[in-house]
Amino acid sequence: MKEFFCDAVVIGAGAAGLCAASVLAKNNCKTIVIDREDQPGGILKQCIHNGFGLRYFKEELTGPEYACRVAAMAIQSGAELMLGTTAVEAKRNSDGSCSFKVFSRDNGVARVTAKAVMFTTGCRERTRGNIITPGTRPAGVFTAGAAQKLLNVAGYLPGKRAVIVGSGDIGLIMARRLKWCGIDVAAVVEIMNHPSGLTRNIVQCLDDFGIPLYLGHSVTNIYGKDRVEGVDVTKLVDGKPDASTTFHIDCDTLLFSVGLVPEVELAKQLGVKVNPATGGAFVDDDYETTSPMVFAAGNGLHVHDLVDFVSEESERAAACLLARLNSAKEEKTTEVSVDKTLKYVVPTLTRPGKKVNFFFRPLIVANKAVLECHADGVLLKKRMIPFVRPAEMLEFELDVPENCSNLNFALTGGELL
Amino acid sequence: MIYDTAVIGAGVTGAAVAWQLGRYDISTIVIDKAADCGFGVSKANSGIIHGGFHHSTTSLKAKLEVEGNLMIDAMQHALGFPYVRTGILVAAFSEEEMQTVEKLYKRGLGNGLKGLELCSRERMLELEPKLQDNVVGGFYAPNGGTIEPYRYVFALMENAMLNGVEFRANTKIVSGVFKDGIWQLSCEDGSVIEAKYVVNAAGLFADEVSKACGAEEFTIRPRKGEEYLLDRSSDARPDKVIFPVPSKNSKGVLVIPTPGGTTMIGPTADMIDDKEDVSTTGEHFDKILAMTRNMVKGVERRDVINAFSGLRPAIEGDDFYIAPSEKVPNFIQAAGIQSPGLTASPAVGVYIKDLLKKCGLILTEKSDIIYENPPHPEVRSLSDDEISELAKKDPAYTRIICRCEQITEAEIIDAVKCGHTTVDGVKFHTRAGMGRCQGGFCSAKILEIISRESGIPMQELTKRGANSRIISGQLGSIEVKL
Repeated sequence: MKEFFCDAVVIGAGAAGLCAASVLAKNNCKTIVIDREDQPGGILKQCIHNGFGLRYFKEELTGPEYACRVAAMAIQSGAELMLGTTAVEAKRNSDGSCSFKVFSRDNGVARVTAKAVMFTTGCRERTRGNIITPGTRPAGVFTAGAAQKLLNVAGYLPGKRAVIVGSGDIGLIMARRLKWCGIDVAAVVEIMNHPSGLTRNIVQCLDDFGIPLYLGHSVTNIYGKDRVEGVDVTKLVDGKPDASTTFHIDCDTLLFSVGLVPEVELAKQLGVKVNPATGGAFVDDDYETTSPMVFAAGNGLHVHDLVDFVSEESERAAACLLARLNSAKEEKTTEVSVDKTLKYVVPTLTRPGKKVNFFFRPLIVANKAVLECHADGVLLKKRMIPFVRPAEMLEFELDVPENCSNLNFALTGGELL
Repeated sequence: MIYDTAVIGAGVTGAAVAWQLGRYDISTIVIDKAADCGFGVSKANSGIIHGGFHHSTTSLKAKLEVEGNLMIDAMQHALGFPYVRTGILVAAFSEEEMQTVEKLYKRGLGNGLKGLELCSRERMLELEPKLQDNVVGGFYAPNGGTIEPYRYVFALMENAMLNGVEFRANTKIVSGVFKDGIWQLSCEDGSVIEAKYVVNAAGLFADEVSKACGAEEFTIRPRKGEEYLLDRSSDARPDKVIFPVPSKNSKGVLVIPTPGGTTMIGPTADMIDDKEDVSTTGEHFDKILAMTRNMVKGVERRDVINAFSGLRPAIEGDDFYIAPSEKVPNFIQAAGIQSPGLTASPAVGVYIKDLLKKCGLILTEKSDIIYENPPHPEVRSLSDDEISELAKKDPAYTRIICRCEQITEAEIIDAVKCGHTTVDGVKFHTRAGMGRCQGGFCSAKILEIISRESGIPMQELTKRGANSRIISGQLGSIEVKL
C-alpha cells in the first residue's frame, strides 16, 4: 500500500478546501488535498450561472470560473491535489497524527497521514426520502443538484414539465435553467411562509420568468407508476395541510430543493462531535473541532449562502491550523449560545481577549431587527440589521471581553414579517 | 422451440423453481412482465429469514418455512448473496403479550425448531441492549436472520441461467391453451411460447394468469406494507431482528438490521385493491415511528433516508396454494405466497420440482451441474490487500462511484454484465444509490456507466423498465421560446 505523509491533509477540493490549501501551502506547510472527483472545484463545477466572487474576487464570475481561480491558487501555492481519490476511513494514530485510507484512481488503496486535518467536505442535499413525501416512486424525481449535474455537466434534460419542491437556491437556479432549456416549470412549492433561497434568486429566477411560487404549501402526493405524472399541492393551515385546499399539477419531473446537510460522516470517525443545530462539527474560534488538530470549514461546517464567505472562512481556519502546528491549544472557556431567534452560531467556544467573527442563521423574517450580544447577561454590543432572512447568514465581529464566561446572541425588535 | 417447462414469474418463487430445474436435463424458460427478475413482490420485502414459529405446525407454510430456513446457509455459500443469521427476538411489553409469546414458543417447539429460548426481561436486554427498558420478556429464535431479497432472487436466477435456464423479461402472458400435450402461452407482444409444463408463479397476478390459462379461479388481493429506511448511522440499529408480539393478520411492525448496514422499520398491513399501488403515506409513517419507538431506543425521524411499500399477494385461507391444477393438465399453481414465502422459497423450489415430477416431467440430473455462482467482489467488505490485488488488474476496483455505500465502478460494471441494465437493477445488485444521499451525487455517473457498458443510449435508460425513462432529451433538443 502506498503511503503519503504531510503536515496537513485537506478533505475535499471545493472552494473551501482549495482556499484553505492555498493558505497552508503558501506558508510552507506540506499539504495534500483529497477529492473524489477527477477535477477540483466541487459543486461549483456544475453551477454555470454567474453571481459568484463579488465579495472575494471583487468581480462577478460563474461557478466554474470561480473553481478555476481557487484551484489555480492552491496549485500555485504548492499544494498537492490528489484527485479521483475517495477517503473511506479515518483514524487517529498513537503519535497524534491522523491517517486516511483512500481509494485512488492513480494510487490504488493508499494511506495518507498528516499532523493536522482540515475537513472541507461540503454538504449533500436532503432528499424526498428525508422529508417523507407521500406518493408513488416513479422515475423523474431528482434532487435539484443531481438534475443540475445531469444538465450542466452531462448535457441531458431531466424532463419536459417540472415542479420544484422547496425554494432553496439550487432549486431556484434550476427553475430558470430549465426554462432556458425549453422545459416548463409549473410551480415552486415551499412549505415555509418565506422563501428558503436568496431574494435575488426569487426575483431573477422566478419573477422574471413568471414562475409561480406557492409559499406555505406542501406537495402532499406524487402520482405516476413509471414516470412522474403529477403532484397534489396543499396549503398549510396552522402548520398542517388542509385537504380542502388541495389542487393538482400535471408534471413529469420533480426537483427537490429542500435543504442541505453538512457531510460529517468521516469526521465522526475521528471523534468529532456534531452540532445538531448546524449538522456540522462543533468548532472553537480556531475552527478546531472537539478532536485535537482536526479542523472544519466551509459548507461541511455550516451551510453558507455565498461561496465568497466559504473562501474567507476556510482561509481563516487554515491560518488557525498553521498556528496550531507550532503551538499548544489555548484554553477556551467562553461558551457561545443563541436564543430562539437564531438557528445557530459558529463558533460555539472562545476565550476572553480574542477577536472573533461569529456567524449565524436567523430563524425569523424581519426588517430592521437588532442583533444583540450579551456577555454574562449584560448587553455588550448591538447592531441593526436592515433585512433579516433565514436564507441569509449574519456576521458579527466581536472582541471577547475579559472574564467573560458566556456570550449569548439574540435578535430583538424590528418589524416582524 | 418447445420448452419442457415454462415458469411464469421471476420473483423469489419462480427463481427458486428455476434454480432447481436448472439441475436437470430439461429445457426451462422463465418469463416475467417486468424488466428484471425480482421486480414485483420480491423486491419490496422485509428481507427476513423467519424462524418458523409464526404459523401452525400442520400448514404447508410452516413445513416449507422450516425447511427453507435450514437450506439458506448452504445456499449463501454456493450462490453468494448478502445474508446474516442475526437471530430474532419477539419482545413482549405486557404480561398479556407474554402469554402469546409462550404460545409462539410452544408452536416453534412443535415445528421442530432448535435453540429457542423463553427470555426474562434481563435476558432480553442482555441479548439486545437497544430494546426499551420496559420490555417484560420475550423469546429468542437464534435461527432467524436478514437477507437482501433482490440480491437473493438475482443469485437464484444467475445460477439457473448458468445451468442453461432461459430468462425472458418484459414479457407478459395474456393467455394460455393446452393443445396436443403442449401449452401455448401467448404474450402481449404477439409471440407464443410453447412448453410441456407450466408453473404459475406470477405473484400478485397469479389469479389472472390462472384464469387466462383456463385453470382455477381464485382471487389475489394485495396487502400493502410500508417500510422506512434509516441511515446506517442510526442509533436504533439493533443486532437482532426485533418483532412485536404478532396480531392475527400480521407479524407486526419490526425493527430490522439489514445486511447492508441500514435499519428498516415496518411494515404496515392494509388490504387494498390496486395491484400496482406501491405509494406511501405520511400517516403510516407516524404509526410506524410510534410503534417502533415503543420497542427500540433511538428511532428518529431525521434518520429516515427512504420510504417504500410492497404488496403481499394474499389469498383466501391461511396457507400457500401450491398444487397441480385440477382443471387443466401439466399446470402447477404457486399462488398466495406471501410471508414467509422468502424464507420458504428454497423448499418451495424443491417442492414444485417434485410436483412436476409427479405430474410426469422426467427429471434426470445433469452430470455437470454448476452449483456455485462466480464471485461478485464487494470492495467494501474486502481487506486492503485483496482490494490492491483486484486494483492491479482493474483500476475500476478503486474508483468509488457511490461513496455513501462505497460502491466502485467495477461493481457497477459487473452488475451490467450480469444483465441488470436498469438503474434499479444496478442498485439492487450493487447497493449503489441506496445510501444517505439516495443517488444525489452518483446517479449521473451510474447512468453513464450503464449506458457505456450496455450500449443502451442514455435516453433509453430506465429506472425499472417500461416508461420509467430518466432522461427526456439532450441539451439543445427543444426549441426555446421565452
